Amino acid sequence: MVRTYLLLAWTWLRASAQYPGPLITMAVSSFAINMLDVLAIWVIFEHTRSLAGFGLSEVMFLYGTSSLAFGVSDMLFGNLDRLSQHIRTGGFDTMLIRPASAFVQMAVDRFSVHRFGRVTQAAVVLAIALPGLDLPWDRAWAIPPMILCGIVIFSSLFALAGAAQFLLTDAPEVANAFTYGGNALTQYPLNVYSRDLVRGVTFVVPLAFVNWQPTLFVLDRPDPLGLPYWLRFASPLAALTLAAVAAFAWRAGVRRYRSTGS
Amino acid sequence: MIEVQGVGRSFTVGRRSARKTVHAVRDLSFTVGAGEFVGYLGPNGAGKSTTIKMLTGILAPTAGRIEVAGFDPARRRTALARRIGVVFGQRTTLWWDLPLRDSFELIRHLYKVDRVVFRERLEELSCLLGLESFMTTPVRQLSLGQRMRGDVTAALLHDPAVLVLDEPTIGLDVVSKAAMRDFLSRRNAEHGTTVLLTTHDLGDIERLCRRVMLIDHGRLTFDGTLDDLRATVPEEKSIEDVVARLYTGGTAPAAEPSG
Repeated sequence: MVRTYLLLAWTWLRASAQYPGPLITMAVSSFAINMLDVLAIWVIFEHTRSLAGFGLSEVMFLYGTSSLAFGVSDMLFGNLDRLSQHIRTGGFDTMLIRPASAFVQMAVDRFSVHRFGRVTQAAVVLAIALPGLDLPWDRAWAIPPMILCGIVIFSSLFALAGAAQFLLTDAPEVANAFTYGGNALTQYPLNVYSRDLVRGVTFVVPLAFVNWQPTLFVLDRPDPLGLPYWLRFASPLAALTLAAVAAFAWRAGVRRYRSTGS
Repeated sequence: MIEVQGVGRSFTVGRRSARKTVHAVRDLSFTVGAGEFVGYLGPNGAGKSTTIKMLTGILAPTAGRIEVAGFDPARRRTALARRIGVVFGQRTTLWWDLPLRDSFELIRHLYKVDRVVFRERLEELSCLLGLESFMTTPVRQLSLGQRMRGDVTAALLHDPAVLVLDEPTIGLDVVSKAAMRDFLSRRNAEHGTTVLLTTHDLGDIERLCRRVMLIDHGRLTFDGTLDDLRATVPEEKSIEDVVARLYTGGTAPAAEPSG
C-alpha cells in the first residue's frame, strides 16, 4: 500500500509539474493563511502574559504539534473527504476497477505541491517554539511519538469522514467539523474550553490525545482537569483504537457502496 | 469465464417514512465461455449497468453467486481487476487533467506491468487505434472519439482475459464507430479476449456479437444467437424492429441459456 501510494504520488507530482504556477501559488497561500493563525496567537499575547496558565512558547508548541500532525494527515489523506464528489461523478467506480486499494487511490488522487503548504508552516512554527521551551531530554523524547500518534488520529478522522460519505453523500461538512474543527480545537490549551467539551474530546473523539495529554507530560504540568496521570501515555492506544474503527468503517462503506445510476 | 447464478441486486430507496425496495436485477443466470463475444441488450433502466457493476466488483450482489475469471468479484475485487478490462462509454476511466501518456503510465504502475512489455503493448495498441497524434494531449482536451480510443487502450494494457464494454460506441461518428468495431472484433479473434458489450446501437450487435442476451425489468428475457433473436418476431424484418417489439411487448420466450 505504501509503495502504491508513493508511486502514484510521484506520478501525480510529475504530471502536475507541467503547470506549476497555480499549484505553487496554492502552496504559498496555504502557508500564508495558516500563518495568520500564529498572528492571532501573538495578538493574544500582546494583551496577556499567559493563556489558561500557558505561556507564548507553550501555546506555540501546542499549535505547532497539532498543526504538524494535522498537516501531515491532511497532506496524505485529506483528499478522502472529497469522496462524495467522486461518488457523484462516477470517479469512485473507476477506482474500484483498478487492482489497487480504493482507499489509497482516493487519498493520493491529484497529489501535488499544494499539499505541502500547511506542513511547512506547521514545521516552521514548531521550530520557533521549541528553543523557547528549553526542554530536558527526559521529557523531549515524547515529542516524536506524540506527533506520530496525532498523525494517526487525524488520518483516522479523515478516513471516517470519507466512510461517512458512503451513507451521507451530501454531508462532508459534518465530517469537516471533526477534522478541521479538531485541528482548530487542539491548537490551544484544552483548559480554555468547558469541562464537558474536554471530557468529550478525551473519551469520545480522542482529540485530547493528539497533543494535549502528551504535552502535559512534555511540559511537566498538572492536569488542570485533574484527569489520571497515565492518560498522558495513552495516545498510542487512542490512536490505534481510532484507526481500527476507521478501517472497519471504510470497509463497511465500500461493501455497502451503491454507485450512481447509468 | 463469466458465471452468474441466481443473481439479484436490490436497492432501498426513499426516506425512512416511505422506504421501498427496488429490484434492479433479479434471478439472473447465464454463463459466458472463454473467447465469446456477447452483446447485452436492454432498454434504459433494465439493469444492464447494474449487472456490469456486479461483474466488475463495483457493486456487491444482494442475492446469488458470480464468478468472473475464477474470482468472486465483490470479494476479490483487486485480484479480478488484473484479469478484467472495463470501458464505460459514458465516462472516462482516464485522469481528466493528465496527458494520455501519463494516464497510461499511471495504469502501468497500478497494474504492475513490466516496463518492456508495457512499451510493446502500448505501441501495438497505439498503432492499431491511431493514438500517436494526441498522446501528449490532456484527456480533457481530447475529442470523444479520441478519448474512447484512449479508454479502450487503457483497458487493454494489462492484457485482460475479459473485456467489459458499457456502450463503447455511444456518440461516435460513423468512421470512428467502424474503426472501433473493427478493432474489437480483431482483438477478440486474435487474442481470444472474452468480450461482454452493452449497447443501444444494434449495428454493434450485428457486426460483432455471435450471441445476444436481452434483459428487461431486471430479468433475462432472451439468450441466443442473433438469428434466434430475429426468429422470435418473424413478422419484423429489421433487427431494430425486432428489438423494439421485444422491449415494448415483452413477448420474448423464456431464457434459454446457451454456451
